[in-house]
Amino acid sequence: MRTAVVVFPGTNCEHDVVHALRSLGGDAELVWHRETDLSDFDGVILPGGFAHGDYLRTGAIARFSPVMAEVRRVADEGAPVLGICNGFQVLCEAGMLPGALIANRDLAFICRFVEVEVTDTSTILTRNAELGQRIRIPLNSYEGNWVHPGSDARVALTYIDNPNGSQGSAAAVSNPEGNVVGVMPHPERASDELLGSSDGLVLLESFLQSLVPA
Amino acid sequence: MTITGQPVHRRLGMTDDEYESVLRILGRDPLPAELAMYSVMWSEHCSYKSSRAHLRRFPTEAPWVVVGPGENAGVVKLGDGWLAALRIESHNHPSFVEPYQGAATGVGGILRDVFTMGARPIALWDQIRFGPLDDPKNRYLFGGVVAGIAGYGNAVGVPTVGGEIEFAPTYSGNPLVNVMCLGILREEQLVLGTAGEPGNMAVLLGKATGRDGIGGASVLASASFDDESQEKRPSVQVGDPFEEKKLIEACLELFEAGLVAGIQDLGAAGLACAISEPAGRAGVGMDIDLDSVHVRESGMTAPELLMSESQERMMAFVHPGNVEAVLAVAEKWEIESAVVGQVKAGGTLSVRHAGEIVAELPAASLADDAPLYDRPLRRPDWLDELWATPDPSPIAPADALIRLLDDPGIGSSAWVHEQYDHMLFLNTLRGPGGDGSLLRIRGTTKGLAVSTDGNGGLCLLDPRRGAARLVFEAALNVAMTGGAPLAVVDNLNFGNPEKPEVMWQFRETIEGISEACEALGIPVVGGNVSFYNETDGVDIHPTPVVGLLGLADPIPAQLPALNRANAGMEIWEVGPEATGNLAGSALQRVVLGQLGGRPTAAQPEVAKPVIDLAASLAHQAPVLHDISSGGLAVAIAEICIASGVGAELWVEGDGRLFSEDPHRFIVVMEPGTVSLPVDLARRIGAVGGDRLSIAGAAIDLGLLTTTYRDAIPRRMRG
Repeated sequence: MRTAVVVFPGTNCEHDVVHALRSLGGDAELVWHRETDLSDFDGVILPGGFAHGDYLRTGAIARFSPVMAEVRRVADEGAPVLGICNGFQVLCEAGMLPGALIANRDLAFICRFVEVEVTDTSTILTRNAELGQRIRIPLNSYEGNWVHPGSDARVALTYIDNPNGSQGSAAAVSNPEGNVVGVMPHPERASDELLGSSDGLVLLESFLQSLVPA
Repeated sequence: MTITGQPVHRRLGMTDDEYESVLRILGRDPLPAELAMYSVMWSEHCSYKSSRAHLRRFPTEAPWVVVGPGENAGVVKLGDGWLAALRIESHNHPSFVEPYQGAATGVGGILRDVFTMGARPIALWDQIRFGPLDDPKNRYLFGGVVAGIAGYGNAVGVPTVGGEIEFAPTYSGNPLVNVMCLGILREEQLVLGTAGEPGNMAVLLGKATGRDGIGGASVLASASFDDESQEKRPSVQVGDPFEEKKLIEACLELFEAGLVAGIQDLGAAGLACAISEPAGRAGVGMDIDLDSVHVRESGMTAPELLMSESQERMMAFVHPGNVEAVLAVAEKWEIESAVVGQVKAGGTLSVRHAGEIVAELPAASLADDAPLYDRPLRRPDWLDELWATPDPSPIAPADALIRLLDDPGIGSSAWVHEQYDHMLFLNTLRGPGGDGSLLRIRGTTKGLAVSTDGNGGLCLLDPRRGAARLVFEAALNVAMTGGAPLAVVDNLNFGNPEKPEVMWQFRETIEGISEACEALGIPVVGGNVSFYNETDGVDIHPTPVVGLLGLADPIPAQLPALNRANAGMEIWEVGPEATGNLAGSALQRVVLGQLGGRPTAAQPEVAKPVIDLAASLAHQAPVLHDISSGGLAVAIAEICIASGVGAELWVEGDGRLFSEDPHRFIVVMEPGTVSLPVDLARRIGAVGGDRLSIAGAAIDLGLLTTTYRDAIPRRMRG
């Protein structure tokens, strides 16, 4: 069971995600954004960073990277696809998740631990968690404020103390099927008590357990 | 500032004597491009001509030093094949002109200095100093610098894990923006800034060259070679963290594959520096063709191409057989590249442009023959008067404590550091907001303990004592996380070196740093000098900033932390008892409003045992805290605020409560759990309740906490 961790020029959390997945026994490989064949992989993570410099708009250029057609195909086949932070922004720009991410309410970058609550346990990010479970996890973004004109979105995690103005305090959002999820805080940064929290492991374990052979 | 009729060399910031030297070296009149190259390479910024004679005083050797001062970064051994690369730089003047880009390009430059050595940059620290925040101009500068550091550092993907923030009137006309970078590498990955063997090709990697930042290193200003001065006015350098991120990854891939013989970043003095320094170090010459340089503006002249400080560029020296592979790596990472020249035997640097030779000179002369000045020194007349200044009458300790916690340099730095990604790479075991930082090297038991310290007020009153104390303070901070000191880098921020008093402060500072390093047995492995920090003829307080790297091996299983105090624990003070001296203290600066007296001298013979004791206690005690800015009272208050619990402090008197005398720290522990040497430690209080009781007053914990947390935000709300 292998996970593709996609690297766009400007991505910077790829090694952290691979490290956290491997620490849980997962098999994860870095995949360059020009790759056009993900048939050897059973799931995909788009990690955090600044894909293509976030120029024009976060994720706006990354959605055109060659790999994205394959990411869409994998998702359509029902395999788990997770976007973390910048990866969440890319999935929204690609139309694979509802809504968009705009600048934080206070117009400042936020890097700190926040608390989130599990509000849906039928997604690839939260299937191992308990409904109502509280998770302490770092946020690290400027454009982390999720907005969505409709009311049909599935929200998997909500902030306890909405730090960035997200609609409905949403911290993680999924597609209707629950196999494509975007999460704004970083599960891989809460993967070790030495770093202040291991609460993020339940989310990464959920992802790994959602992998089924392609 | 162009004065018509003035000789060109003067307009380029060269003295007549320096021009004579050029004539002697060349044996003829210099061509315009040659004169431009000498002017930037012999500028104060590049040649350290006023400071070099004094910098030789630093102890620079130790068995673990791999690369000392003079290369792009200092490199030391960490054991088991690991090396650390460390460098500090200033971007004071650009940040005053344009705070966002000034700070951003400072970050970009320091990163290049470190990955030039073959190291992956793993962390940044910023030391920033401004005038008081009640002035909107200072709020603008402070906000802009923080946003620039965040904007560049976060996007380039290197965490900013700490630093210093200070506010004092002396920085109103001249803010200080220093930045330090740490990288790690395996021994076999070390790369130097050398051109290597004759035959090697010079490959320019990264962003296209434009007219930005021309003459940033000198006073070239622009129209030096014709009269179109307005058109060619150098623009402010603009940073592009995305280009830098790609450049880092591409270069690290080149190093890993062993494809380069040497590499040099393009910073101050641009191409002129990046071709002459590596050639000089290797004792070779080079043919350079400026027509091959990839540019983003047309019609650039040879001097402009040689001196442009366009950001995000590197010059790699590559064996001819590897050129194709190097260009392929550049192509993969989507960065531009161009073969611009070839290394040759002999030592002559020949530069062609538009088919003509525009420069032909001994490569080494640009670096090695730079002028060396022994500027006059004089102890300032006003110092005795300052030493004799009596402290004004004391104020109530509880009120003084609240005012100190409300100082934006002492209160919580969260407003700043929460704008920085300080967690990337999953190494940050101790991040911003404490005494020092601790980063792990994954897959090992090693931790890199780092502290940076500066104090302009202290160094004004006694630069030698002040500077020595900074080194000891940094070493003690590093010990708070279990680290033993390894090496120092310094950023020397001073006023105008043409004033003998400033040169005296400079020399005294170097003496102080050297004495302290010798006492601790650690070398200085690099540094930076920033002179001319003056506005309207008034110099800043002498502000050396010391960055100290320590090694914690093994990392303490459970690190001490300010938030681990609980009711029932004892509070101990370790180190020599404070003399009550307040000279240069935060109490003087923030509360009493005047600096005076002579600061207590460090005690080298006490420093070592205290530091060793702290490093060993880091494996045992739940709370360790250095006593520095604001003294004992502030240190205890910070523990109470972080732990959410009150305390009772049995110490009385301003001198004892607020003195910043060196070599002291606090231990908080359950009774009887840690044994402390009786000659160095005394019990001074107890943890418990919801108030901090000091000197007969009890301060509500809520008031302490809100004052501390709101010190910066309330001011930035304007």
